Amino acid sequence: MEKETARSKIDRYLPYLLVLPTFAFVLLFTVWPTLSAFYRSFFRQRLNIAKFRIPTFIGLGNYANIFSDPHFHRVFANTLLYIIGTVPISILLGFLFAMLVNRKVRNVGLARLAFFHTTILPMVSAATVWMFFFTPGYGLFNTALVALGYDGPQNWTGSPNLALLAVMIVAIWKNAGYYMIFYLAGLQNLPTSLYEAVGLDGASWWQTIWYLTLPLLRRTTLFITTIAFIDSFRTIDDIFGLTSGGPSEASTVLLYYLWQKRFEQLDIGFSSALTVILILLLLVFTITNFRVSEKGEEDV
Amino acid sequence: MSNKWRIRAGKLAVNFLTLGLALLWLTPVFWTLIASLRPADDPLGRGNVWFGHTLTLANYWRAWSMAPFGEYYLNTISLVLMILGVQLITVTVAAFAFTHYRFKGKKELFFFLLLQMMIPTSALLAPNFNTISKLGLFDTILAIGIPYFGSAFGTFLLRQAFLEVPRDLVDAGTIDGCSWWQLLWHIYLPPSWPTLIAFGLSSVIWHWNEFLWPLIVTNSPSSRPLTTGLVRFTQLGEIGAQWSLLTAATLLVVGPLFIIFLIFQRRFIQSFVHSGLK
Repeated sequence: MEKETARSKIDRYLPYLLVLPTFAFVLLFTVWPTLSAFYRSFFRQRLNIAKFRIPTFIGLGNYANIFSDPHFHRVFANTLLYIIGTVPISILLGFLFAMLVNRKVRNVGLARLAFFHTTILPMVSAATVWMFFFTPGYGLFNTALVALGYDGPQNWTGSPNLALLAVMIVAIWKNAGYYMIFYLAGLQNLPTSLYEAVGLDGASWWQTIWYLTLPLLRRTTLFITTIAFIDSFRTIDDIFGLTSGGPSEASTVLLYYLWQKRFEQLDIGFSSALTVILILLLLVFTITNFRVSEKGEEDV
Repeated sequence: MSNKWRIRAGKLAVNFLTLGLALLWLTPVFWTLIASLRPADDPLGRGNVWFGHTLTLANYWRAWSMAPFGEYYLNTISLVLMILGVQLITVTVAAFAFTHYRFKGKKELFFFLLLQMMIPTSALLAPNFNTISKLGLFDTILAIGIPYFGSAFGTFLLRQAFLEVPRDLVDAGTIDGCSWWQLLWHIYLPPSWPTLIAFGLSSVIWHWNEFLWPLIVTNSPSSRPLTTGLVRFTQLGEIGAQWSLLTAATLLVVGPLFIIFLIFQRRFIQSFVHSGLK
């Protein structure tokens, strides 16, 4: 009897003990930094200017500075452009790749490998590979474009109009294969009997995709959209290798700007406020996405 | 008859599309590989962008000797193994608790985990840098890995797999007097290995490739991983635009990961397909 109660006592605390390690790390590296950024965003503190080294409370001063900062406007526009330009195209390509390799054809595994290998590549290596690929003059990218009749500027990473596009091309090339895997997983888990029924009804290939495959893969698409969106905020490694955000901020996105403010200009207050803005953007998006998917579930 | 031909022509067109796109996707890395094998005295130029007269591994040896890549390698390998080791334990026990037990505050704790999936660690690099400095971990391999020791993503993924385990099996185990870790090891884990492998492989790839956070928290060859090491290498003054060296170094950094992936390719993709990622 004694033993029983001792055991049930342990059982009562056990779940907490098991969750504790994960919880502690999330607390220390997600919850705490979020709160601390929020707190610090109300103070002026710049480590490289002696009189501003001690934090002073300035209320919403940092936010006011951000919203009236022309650099921030530029950076925000770039970020939006980057997301609009990379997320839908990479997802669409991921779906196309999945459809192409989800067939019983000889050597289809090699094609799958070709599409997926970019996922294994570190973004910084991808940046070097593409820096080489973009080389003006003999770089294959320009050579191919010229062969197709292009006669614009060749220095992609150094041109104010093309630098962001260059970064976006690398991101699409890098990510499409990753999204393909999720679609492939979704496709292979679809019931084949449905397809047979549709095939008998004489539906065309396009109709099958539009009315059957895509609706069935709704959850996959929502999941991929969520990770693609979050990734488009956090993957900025290629910017370091390709353009360093330039020329004159033409390819600077939010997280890169935050990094510059915090680690190059040592502006703690400003970068904390930027962190808060970034967090809010991420939360608004993921929660909206979540809501949309919940609503869709009710409709079904 | 004509319908049959149309289907055949359609299939052929799709095969060509697949082939074309696959080649297009492979070209950048393939060209990089070729460039890295060209002798330094036979540089790339107009009209001679593919093969020269000979191919050589000399660029690889030179790149290797110009920066402490060996040390970077050890750092990256210890980093990914450390993170993987800790994650496998934290993720497994947390997923088990969230699946097997009912307890007060379960929902609230779950919400906290959700936060980590919504706010990626990269967004928090500024405040996390302060934490790392305060903990006295700056410029250590531990500093790169510690923010990832708890993984909400892994916990969710594995919980999804655990939920598929038949309840009868769990009840039978409980009646037989299995302790919690016996239940976990003998009943929950065996059918969940594909998920755990998928998570493990993505963890290794993700952390092998991470750049920004290590750039911020490391400052010496003794803790610097391959990614930041490579970027430092590309910025070395004496390298300039020597593409043969740059491309060789780039491939040095990814070579082993590519080989591991080639070996486990099928398994990797299969485990994704069978895991809860859908």
